[in-house]
Amino acid sequence: MSATTVETRPRAGISARGALICLTGIVWREGLRFLHQRGRFLSALVRPLVWLFIFAAGFRATLGVSIIPPYETYVLYEVYIAPGLIAMIQLFNGLQSSLSMVYDREVGAMRILLVSPYPRWFLLVSKLIAGIAVSILQVYAFLLVAYFWDVQPDDPIGYLTVLPALVLTGFMLGAMGLAMSSVFKQLENFASVMNFVIFPMFFASSALYPLWRVQQASIPLYNICLWNPFTHAVELIRFALYGQIEWTSLAVVACCSVVFFAAAIFAYDPSTGLTARRGGPDAGAK
Amino acid sequence: MTADDRPNPAPTPALAVSGVSHAFGSRKALDDVTLDAPAGAFTALVGQNGAGKTTLFSLVTRLYDNRTGSIRVLGHDVRREPAAALSQLGVVFQARTLDLELTVLQNLQYHAALHGVGPGEAKRRGLSALARVGLEARAKDRVRALSGGQMRRVEIARALLHEPSLLLLDEPTTGLDIGSRRQMIDEVKRLIAEDGIGVLWATHLVDEIEVADRVVVLHKGKVMATGTVGELRARAKTDDVGSAFMRIVGEESPLARVTA
Repeated sequence: MSATTVETRPRAGISARGALICLTGIVWREGLRFLHQRGRFLSALVRPLVWLFIFAAGFRATLGVSIIPPYETYVLYEVYIAPGLIAMIQLFNGLQSSLSMVYDREVGAMRILLVSPYPRWFLLVSKLIAGIAVSILQVYAFLLVAYFWDVQPDDPIGYLTVLPALVLTGFMLGAMGLAMSSVFKQLENFASVMNFVIFPMFFASSALYPLWRVQQASIPLYNICLWNPFTHAVELIRFALYGQIEWTSLAVVACCSVVFFAAAIFAYDPSTGLTARRGGPDAGAK
Repeated sequence: MTADDRPNPAPTPALAVSGVSHAFGSRKALDDVTLDAPAGAFTALVGQNGAGKTTLFSLVTRLYDNRTGSIRVLGHDVRREPAAALSQLGVVFQARTLDLELTVLQNLQYHAALHGVGPGEAKRRGLSALARVGLEARAKDRVRALSGGQMRRVEIARALLHEPSLLLLDEPTTGLDIGSRRQMIDEVKRLIAEDGIGVLWATHLVDEIEVADRVVVLHKGKVMATGTVGELRARAKTDDVGSAFMRIVGEESPLARVTA
């Protein structure tokens, strides 16, 4: 028996309990950061409200929305774009919480996260859960304000049925941000993320106009919208607000979640990792 | 029981790197690097900018895998037993990695959670770690309010929270004044004396080399020399550590090559 020379101290180690502590810690930190950054919360709330109060009011007369599922009566334009704005909140949040790790002096935060002894995939999932929790807070704050603006689902139960949809769309958009954060070092600031990711995804979707209208205008654009995962995030949320499930959208969002998350794991995996190929997440920062 | 009958076993080094090479594309960052950082000793990893120090740290902290050779932290191979290796490892990165918006204690508690230490225990350990670096009174302050030197000391306290056996510091005194640098070195030396942990301290500053028990000279991805400061001086036939370093590094890159 070779007596090990290493002093073996009792360690918190890799236990299920420790993993739970780790997950809670990551969510707790994200929540604290969110509370401390009032500006972030405010802009997350004001952005969709500007769309709702100003844009939608202005376009109400111009853009008629015929009766399409899940709506059973003619709805106001404000009501139509609300799900799109909810998805926009999550899109911003997903990209912000993931990409902010790459710049914004947050470079080190990723390093600290990754030296945790827990498996990489678990750390990435924890990070995503934290982001989802924050995005859901933002969404409900938005829904509360919208409620007083008379933008509300037919049945209050919609506030509850939308929750699982929010978890899924939050996961998809957060995983997309994570995967992007490791791949694109070109996206050096949030302005280029807005230009190259957020705006195209948001406008080429069913967030602001029903797809049949897009189809009338341009078939290629219609096809792009159909292939845009964001369209399906919007539709999933739209139907869930009315207590219904849009199966196609559910399938697309679920599949995209898996693909984006697999890409994130691949990118952050030490052996296959893209981080290794380009010299670490802070290589561009030097 | 069996602890008594281990007289003086050959110690497992805190860090053992053996035959590690690493390339980014065609650029070789590390070339067959072999080095040890013994437990209970201050090992300085000396090299100029671009020598490969940060790459080596990235491999040890498993940001990415070493494709060749092996890296062991207290005998645990970082690729085969990453969890065991990482749980023995405390790191102070070159970049500042504290969350400026959170308080000192919150930063420590977050880090403890990442290592599976619950909030209550984390607070207890955090306060005692802060006391060791003389910052107990600042526990409730936002990190933003601290000076650069104080932040570094908090980072050391944080790196020690999960009671690692190996402490890695990547040019930790960058941007600090002489007083703060001196203080940091003293603190780390005290940790070595009290806890017997192994320290690998990357630097390019002469006064940080002089306090080291052992020195490893890294140049352009290769280990050029290993030994005590005295041995390096003797080998380079000079009393000045800075000149000794330049001579050792120059052995393989004579000035004539500059013209090539």
